[in-house]
Amino acid sequence: MEQLTILLIVIPLMVAPITALIPSEKVTWLLTLIVCLISLAISCYILYEVIDGSHVIYELGGWRPPWGIEYKIDSLNAFVALIVSAMGCLSCLFAYRSVPDEIEEKMIPLFYAAFQLCLLGLLGIALTGDIFNLFVFLEISSLATYALISMGKNRKALTAAFSYLILGTIGATFFLIGVGFLFAASGSLNTADIASRFDSFKDMQLVETALIFMVLGIALKAAIFPLHSWLPNAYSQAPSTVGIFLSATATKVSIYVLLRILYDLYPVDYWVNMLLPQIMLSLGCVAVIYGSYRAWQQTEMKRLLAFSSIAQIGYIVIGFSLVSQLGLTAAILHLFNHALIKSTLFIGAGILLYRANTTELGSLRGLGRDMPWTFAAITLAGLSLIGVPGTVGFVTKWYLLEAAVEKGMWIVVITIVLGSVLAIGYVWKIVENLYFRSKRKVHIQDVPSGDSAIAITPKTMSAALWIGAMLCIFFGLNTELSFEAASSAATALLKQ
Amino acid sequence: MANDLILRVVTKWLSPIIILFALYVQFHGDYSPGGGFQAGVIFSSAILLYSLTYGLDAGLQLIPEYILRIGASLGVLIYGGVGVASMVLGGNFLNYSVLGSTPVAGQHLGIIIIELGVGITVASVMVLLFFTFARRVAPE
Amino acid sequence: MIEYIVGHINYWLIVAIMMVGLYTLMSRSNLVKKLAGLSMFQTAVILFYVSLGKVTGGTVPIISEQYSLYSNPLPQVLMLTAIVVGVATTALGFALVIRIKEAYNSVEENEISAMDEKE
Repeated sequence: MEQLTILLIVIPLMVAPITALIPSEKVTWLLTLIVCLISLAISCYILYEVIDGSHVIYELGGWRPPWGIEYKIDSLNAFVALIVSAMGCLSCLFAYRSVPDEIEEKMIPLFYAAFQLCLLGLLGIALTGDIFNLFVFLEISSLATYALISMGKNRKALTAAFSYLILGTIGATFFLIGVGFLFAASGSLNTADIASRFDSFKDMQLVETALIFMVLGIALKAAIFPLHSWLPNAYSQAPSTVGIFLSATATKVSIYVLLRILYDLYPVDYWVNMLLPQIMLSLGCVAVIYGSYRAWQQTEMKRLLAFSSIAQIGYIVIGFSLVSQLGLTAAILHLFNHALIKSTLFIGAGILLYRANTTELGSLRGLGRDMPWTFAAITLAGLSLIGVPGTVGFVTKWYLLEAAVEKGMWIVVITIVLGSVLAIGYVWKIVENLYFRSKRKVHIQDVPSGDSAIAITPKTMSAALWIGAMLCIFFGLNTELSFEAASSAATALLKQ
Repeated sequence: MANDLILRVVTKWLSPIIILFALYVQFHGDYSPGGGFQAGVIFSSAILLYSLTYGLDAGLQLIPEYILRIGASLGVLIYGGVGVASMVLGGNFLNYSVLGSTPVAGQHLGIIIIELGVGITVASVMVLLFFTFARRVAPE
Repeated sequence: MIEYIVGHINYWLIVAIMMVGLYTLMSRSNLVKKLAGLSMFQTAVILFYVSLGKVTGGTVPIISEQYSLYSNPLPQVLMLTAIVVGVATTALGFALVIRIKEAYNSVEENEISAMDEKE
């Protein structure tokens, strides 16, 4: 049983170098899918084991903590690992037809190897209980991400990857400085060890500085307003598959790290009076309004979705800066729900890109009538984004509102409602252009070359889209499963 | 630079010594400062020096690129393989103690193989980086 | 006061390097110079860790009967990893710069963004 936890890391680690050497797109895809499916199965099993509040402990190399690296898995770890591997499966399913379309043939094995390394890094972050090890996994996933983004078709992908590389490295280095300060104060890198001995060194100035550095660095990686400038370009220029995977996981995992730092590494009463919750709460509110407004302004679907991600991250930030059981539960639940919604929408955008060779909303006019099923799934996911009852978006917004009302923060309530209204605006923009506007004359340069294969949506893509859309409805109606996992994770965080 | 006699002669004499030193650092890593990272970089510097003086083509003849690609992957596989082997033998991932008859012997064996894997990967990647860049920006 | 400054001279120098790196990173529009700044910034952090582990009068951490005071080896081991990460980041960054140069025929950020806006 314990050995299973490390397999989550070991399997991608061993398969990725093999993948890089196999010169066949089908085989490499199959290997990647198998890796994702095995990870999904293992993380489901681990979550099932720990959901009652127990731990799975794994000591790497048999060294006892705090000397060795220890993986201490509670329900939050398992929940995040589940999100990452599930989204890996979904985007891998989509990749089957999309990757050969978007990426040079001789780069495909390297693409899948980088994809697996990215998965490995994100799973590693989700599992490890050692802050330096966390930094290493953060950099593994980031380096793989920069390479993946730069494989986008347009040359803008290169500049997007470059600016993400600069900002991401600054963020990670800030985190590293913070780890250094904390190490200087505590002499340990093990999360549980630091937390248990926190009282003996909490008066040192270093500890406070460490917190600020770590929070700043991770906030940059999590694209929390106003540190979001890298996100829209990176997500919209990346290859479709990468866009799906990153929008669903990368920022979520960074937010998970933030939760660990704030609720696990540092005791809550240490920072709750430092103005930190108020600052983050207001930043979250601004992010909701700003992100939704900018999304509403966009004319390109992937950019629109990217800006909407900034707004959704705002909701999560609001959730955990309310510092209550309910708020935290809503934030963790939204990690999952938003991953589902956004990946479904990005899959939709990917299908439109595959079929129409563009995601400019103006050029997509009337396409929804030709592709009613795709359009229906996109609409379902869009409704979830708004938060219509019966969908996953509603569940989190409901808990978030409840948490805000409980604390008596009416401005937050107004912000959430206003954000939803703006969300109606930008989702309507997609729906209107896809369905209700009449078709524009197709310009000759927009007509895709090649055979008629482009006229039908590949089955794997439709399957990925509908799995995503159905899960949005399923977890919207059957809230018990995800809510239990999220509230168990929130309890685990607050208990420490 | 390929025409400079002094450089050519010195490179020819120096390269084997650098490689020898790399191997020394590699295999004494368990007793003294050193190990795979350092050895890999030193090893690659010998090949870099050779390619700089004799030209990129000569360097590629010495070590073709596909071997470097395999080497880079092989090192990671060796590293992971040791971990998996220790799991198969009943320990935790990367617990070398179960590899030998006694824990100390196992630790020795484990760290030497691990460092070998690290060394192969680092050396291959360093040379690969150099070749990739050099070919991309080479004047036509 | 003077004693405080001189006693922490290594940290002052590290902060200076860090700021030079960060300033280069933010003020230059040349992508290669930006990467150079990023590298300096990372190097400063590496120096910071290494100087954390140094114990005054301590020797290399190799067990021997003649010595009893050792420097802490852990920060150095950690920095070995950080150096590798730094190398990978720099290499990836330069690879991107080369491809940007091929695609845009420029490595100046302001020129590149001007070209992007025109599209």
